[in-house]
Amino acid sequence: MAFLDIAGVRKVYGQTTVVREFNLSVERGEFVSFLGPSGCGKTTTLRMVAGFESPTVGTITIDGKNVTHLPPNQRNIGMVFQAYALFPNMSVADNIGFGLKVAKKPAAEIGPRVKEMLDLIKLPHLADRYPYQLSGGQQQRVALARALANKPQVLLLDEPLSALDAKIRVSLREEIRTLQKALGITTIFVTHDQEEALSMSDRIVVMSDGRMEQVGNPFEIYNYPSTRFVAGFVGTLNILKARVIDAATGKLSIDGQEVATTRSLDGSANGSMRSVALRPEAVSLGERSGTGNALTGTIEEVGFLGSVVRIKVRIGENAVSLDTFNSSSVTPPKRGDTVSIVFTREDLLVLEGPEPA
Amino acid sequence: MKAERFGPWLAMVLGTLYFVVPLIATFEFSLRKRRGEYSFDAYRAVFADTRFIESFGYSTMIALITILVGVLLVVPTAYVIRLRLPRIRPVVEFITLLPLVIPAIVIVFGYLRLYNSSSFLPMTASTRATDLLLVFAYVVLSMPYMYRAVDTGLRAIDVKTLTEAAESLGASWWTILFKIILPNVRVAVLSGAFLTFAIVIGEFTMASLLNRPAFGPYLQNVGANSAYEPSALAVIAFVVTWACMGLMQLFGSGARGASGTR
Repeated sequence: MAFLDIAGVRKVYGQTTVVREFNLSVERGEFVSFLGPSGCGKTTTLRMVAGFESPTVGTITIDGKNVTHLPPNQRNIGMVFQAYALFPNMSVADNIGFGLKVAKKPAAEIGPRVKEMLDLIKLPHLADRYPYQLSGGQQQRVALARALANKPQVLLLDEPLSALDAKIRVSLREEIRTLQKALGITTIFVTHDQEEALSMSDRIVVMSDGRMEQVGNPFEIYNYPSTRFVAGFVGTLNILKARVIDAATGKLSIDGQEVATTRSLDGSANGSMRSVALRPEAVSLGERSGTGNALTGTIEEVGFLGSVVRIKVRIGENAVSLDTFNSSSVTPPKRGDTVSIVFTREDLLVLEGPEPA
Repeated sequence: MKAERFGPWLAMVLGTLYFVVPLIATFEFSLRKRRGEYSFDAYRAVFADTRFIESFGYSTMIALITILVGVLLVVPTAYVIRLRLPRIRPVVEFITLLPLVIPAIVIVFGYLRLYNSSSFLPMTASTRATDLLLVFAYVVLSMPYMYRAVDTGLRAIDVKTLTEAAESLGASWWTILFKIILPNVRVAVLSGAFLTFAIVIGEFTMASLLNRPAFGPYLQNVGANSAYEPSALAVIAFVVTWACMGLMQLFGSGARGASGTR
């Protein structure tokens, strides 16, 4: 049995369904991210696990115990908020020790535990400071320590890095992941930042409009997106219109040029239109070799970004962007040049969802 | 001075004179008890009067109890409304403004009708019960100020997220209220408390009609029977009020650092 089980959960506000049929089993010690745009239902789902919202339908079980209608202060969860939510009237040490005091732990236990948490987040010298005296990154680390001090069953993080600047975000997400692995605590992490989700998670739940679009590990989500939304939301994507030549063998035609894919074209009639996609990093300039694909087009734009040169190639009504590394010995192509782009059959993704007109 | 600044400065000077001149005149009159020279004889007479000490002490005690009851009533109410019932905030705000509209004498006559010695709850038949009635009346009278002060204080903190953070750590509502919310609105509560104190110290109608030995009736009594002492008492009352305002300012800036807020 999974450690955290969210079964058939739905949340409706009046006439609006914000979370539809959410089913997820999380193993003990697993790090799962809920990834999606604003308003997709990821925070609402997290809040239902925390107990701040009640599911309209469905159950939530933690370690075999049904907590669906249990108040938050009886679930033994730890939560980290986007706005840090440190108690302004308490020092760092008091903030971290708050949960332990509420649980009526003896002072002899609280002191060492607080010290342990301060050492864990590498801020032992800030024990007597108040939240307003800390930077954003420090505040969030204290918030994390506070959430972990009570040894919660589940750690919930609601976009904890959103309010921080880019550099701090990168270092802090590594710290969070390191801590989580060291403590082996089951964790749910809500974010709209795909880079965070991809770099930190054991599994990702991609959500859109209250629905679970796909659940998988980062490699699967990125390389094998099962829906158009996942393909477009996670990573950059070139979407092209293709005509199916032979669904059984995966042959397609893009602007009259034949290509092939190893992805499934099941359900597509020969001659019908499908949306296919290419990641920019899967495409390069060159000539066809072996069983790979090649398309001929015209350079529409060349962008020099320092270490990267971004090239946009027009292929009939389609456009493909690709990135190449800048090299001082190689002159970038010019606008209007005719070029050939190459990619493998595996890299040509076939998108689900409504077909282009 | 530039032409556009002259108007505001003139208004400020005239306004200041309007308030300050009568005060100066009152103070000057209070120094005239000894014929032919200025002296503090009127003040000495006031401070030597046991009734002054008794009435001031009584009003101070009633004020403190009023503040305590007011805080225990208003802080949880404002907190619950802000957290759970934001839609009824306009209704509650209207209710808290009613004491400014309804005269104190109306409240007192209502008390006398409801709680007189022949009624089902004869609170006015007992001294302590009447003191309690006075406290409740003052809580109502100071409600506009206390509620507004506390509500402003709650607006300055993220009540919802702090509450959820505390709940996630296992805290009950009482713990959240007394360990998180109240300390973080301490400055606002103190503002309301000092305003309440100033109101209660000088209040006359309710204390007089309920026949309690408060400072307000004492002021009126001295005014009816003496010449210079009432002026001295008026100055003392102003000083007490200004001291409350000063303490509000002091705690407003000083307490912020201690509570860890900017």
